[in-house]
Amino acid sequence: MNALRDSLGRNLRQYGIVAALIIIVLLFQSMTGGRLLDPNNLAALVMQNAYVMILAIGMVAVIVAGHIDLSVGSVVAFIGGLTAIAMNQWGWPVPLAILMALIIGALVGMWQGFWVAYVGIPAFIVTLAGMLIFRGLAIVLVGQTVAPLPSTFNQIGGGSLPNFLGFAGNSDVLTIVIGLIAIAGLAFSQVRARRSLVAHGLSVEAFGLFVAKLAVMAVLIGVVAFWLSLSRGGTPVILVIVGALVLIFTFVLNRTRFGRHVYAVGGNRNAAILSGVNTKRTDFQIFINMGLLAAVAAIATTARAGAGVAAAGQNFELDAIAACFIGGTAVQGGVGKISGAMIGALIMGVLNMGLSILAVDSAWQQTIKGLVLLAAVAIDIVSKRRAALG
Amino acid sequence: MVEQTDDLILQMRDIGKEFPGVKALQHVSLDVRRGEVHAICGENGAGKSTLMKVLSGVYPHGSYTGDILYNGKVVEFKGIRDSEAAGIVIIHQELALVPRLSLAENIFLGNEQGPKGLVNWHKTRAEAARLLQRVGLNDNPDLTPLDIGVGKQQLVEIAKALSKNVDLLILDEPTAALNDEDSAHLLDLIREFRRQGMTAIIISHKLNEIEAISDRVTIIRDGQTIETLDFHASNDSGGEAVTEDRIIRGMVGRPLDNRFPERQPRIGHEALRLEDWTVHHPIDTERVIVDHANIAVRKGEIVGLAGLMGAGRTEMAMSLFGRSYGSNISGRVYKNGQEITIRNVGDAIRNGIAYTTEDRKALGLNLIQTIRTNISASALGKVSNWLGVVRPGAEEVIAEKYRQDFRIKAPSVESVTGKLSGGNQQKVVLSKWVNTDPDVLILDEPTRGIDIGAKYEIYSIMNQLADQGKAIIVISSELPELIGTCDRIYTVNEGHITGEVPRERATQEELMRYMTMNPTRTQHHHNDTPQITVPAQASAQATTEGNLR
Repeated sequence: MNALRDSLGRNLRQYGIVAALIIIVLLFQSMTGGRLLDPNNLAALVMQNAYVMILAIGMVAVIVAGHIDLSVGSVVAFIGGLTAIAMNQWGWPVPLAILMALIIGALVGMWQGFWVAYVGIPAFIVTLAGMLIFRGLAIVLVGQTVAPLPSTFNQIGGGSLPNFLGFAGNSDVLTIVIGLIAIAGLAFSQVRARRSLVAHGLSVEAFGLFVAKLAVMAVLIGVVAFWLSLSRGGTPVILVIVGALVLIFTFVLNRTRFGRHVYAVGGNRNAAILSGVNTKRTDFQIFINMGLLAAVAAIATTARAGAGVAAAGQNFELDAIAACFIGGTAVQGGVGKISGAMIGALIMGVLNMGLSILAVDSAWQQTIKGLVLLAAVAIDIVSKRRAALG
Repeated sequence: MVEQTDDLILQMRDIGKEFPGVKALQHVSLDVRRGEVHAICGENGAGKSTLMKVLSGVYPHGSYTGDILYNGKVVEFKGIRDSEAAGIVIIHQELALVPRLSLAENIFLGNEQGPKGLVNWHKTRAEAARLLQRVGLNDNPDLTPLDIGVGKQQLVEIAKALSKNVDLLILDEPTAALNDEDSAHLLDLIREFRRQGMTAIIISHKLNEIEAISDRVTIIRDGQTIETLDFHASNDSGGEAVTEDRIIRGMVGRPLDNRFPERQPRIGHEALRLEDWTVHHPIDTERVIVDHANIAVRKGEIVGLAGLMGAGRTEMAMSLFGRSYGSNISGRVYKNGQEITIRNVGDAIRNGIAYTTEDRKALGLNLIQTIRTNISASALGKVSNWLGVVRPGAEEVIAEKYRQDFRIKAPSVESVTGKLSGGNQQKVVLSKWVNTDPDVLILDEPTRGIDIGAKYEIYSIMNQLADQGKAIIVISSELPELIGTCDRIYTVNEGHITGEVPRERATQEELMRYMTMNPTRTQHHHNDTPQITVPAQASAQATTEGNLR
């Protein structure tokens, strides 16, 4: 019982945000008469919000380390434009263009990381400058739009996985298979982690609770997979990319030395220095990381639009930052999870879609999203203060 | 205990205060006579600060039980403004000056001088200057706290309190951050105020200061009043004299026969030697902070560095530890007889040198992270593979081992370090550095601000490490601690090593004599027993110190 309370207490914020997502989903589901969770809308939800999720993955590390990146929206436009030009005007094959995009992303990250880490300019200023620089460069390069782009490239943003396993009833079998693989992978990794804890003689949560949590997650994945399989195309390509990125970067942040250095730097920079952490290199790497993910977001955005657009990526940085904060990343740094940021991104996405289905004016949509951001952070801060008093 | 005829300025009767799940105060009573200096003693977490927050209205009336009588009348403060209006002013342990505002602005912050929301700058400056003079400061009120030292900042705090027409001044650990000279000045000032009729409550860990200045002392343990002792009544009725040991017995609830664990030193070969170590100030690069220091420490040996605050001990240690302090660092470092080069903290760790900081909250720990991540922070290589991937379970095992070995009191290694007591935080810091497998450990103020019980445990850990053959350097401002734990003590003054005292000869008077010795009289060779005439000021300090103990 104590263990349950402990585990609940420690993860209350995480559960709270999941509960908020579920409440918002149910609310819109009833208000839109069930249209929100229509299979096709579910697929669209993923495609429309992939860029927020991709950027938020990098932004979590940036904010945890005590920085901020305001430039990612402009970087998306810049790299997206360059990639489009490479394919449309220079005739580069798609894989080469993608490779170039990633390299440019890393270079942009190095550029900003250099000023932050080695010159010591606050990231707010460096990336504010970057926001202007890369937006300007995007407009210089692209003009307004560069189109058309190869259809294989466009598939990345708007397409679905090919349906080579056929249909069972109305369901795309491949999507079901992916769902089952995800469930098996989840169960395997959870059981393995638990075994390792037991093997080392460390305390674990009660077996019943463990199984119950696992079952809930499995059912959730199963339902989403089944629902997606009913959509027009099955699994969106971008969902696979986002899923892979989430897994990789969760691993990087939780289980690698680099990830631990990110949290150490954000939690107490001076203590990290005296612990032998090369904080400058860590800062530099964090921005390279962000640059790479901005490049991925640029590919996704450009592919979905089917064109390089100079005005692409407007306010993307704010969406990504908001997703992190709604998902429990601490404004002061040191605390934050990718899973939280993903839920934060989904909350924003569901709000967008639900309000759009309800035909709410876009000005009001912005207002509502602003209030949700404010409420999420307010709840976070108030609950923390209460915890400190207790 | 208190006679009826006493003129009591303050009576706190049967005070109780609960937080969710914790009874912070239960049936606490406190009587303060008009015009006395009344000390409150107790271990960390005993409830001293909570009691003062109740008194000053930080916890408003209604959130606690019991009565507060001030000047004989029941008072119900709703906030600090109420208590200040009544003449009760509290000066908190953490200095609350705004660094970039002038002293005058700081003194009248929230109490601006002038009509109707405007500021009369002439009046502000003139009044500030007058108040500064009263606390013995002749500094220009246009300076900022950044321009003056910590000692003077504490005096500015007091000037700020005086501006509020204070009758009862509460000082929470007023000398915690001060060096001996500034502390002595502050205590003199409190004596002067007492002569002028002011009443003061002083909370302090420094029992020698309490003994020196207080009329009476109330001891609090586990949220309850234990007793009130009168320093002046000690001779009457054959009562026991109020001594430091007597106070400690009240604080810990049992006689503490031995404050330091026994140890039989087994000293081996030289582990580390510093030659001609010279360090300059990081910004003011002309200024010499450490001047041609020579020290050595052997395996299994505990060596102390004694010195007044600002003598250069921490600077010496941090400059050695991967050049974490200073500029233009020169000199040679020998490890096991071999000269080594240390350019950064990573080099220091690889060369088997560990340093635990004097400021564990700001520099030692990541307070929002768990015990586990803090312990592995400096030795992630031990628990990760060549790709930098941390092996699952490896950290937990190591952290759990230290939690048990060092008796870190926490529900699990997943507890957040910010919520631990000072003693347990210090144990986490020690674990973190022992986990780097060092040969030489430099412990900077290892027991600062922690309980007497926890101190004993820290000393035991130090002894264990020395018995394992590790060389240990201890920096401490508490001379009894150095005398009680070290095999040999170097004294430092103005960046020079001014003396080297073996355990047998180490007394507080002896150490104090070297610590205040004019360094230009001693040559860079520390081994010659200095035959010097102690400067007048230094000898005066040494005598004071001798009397205090």
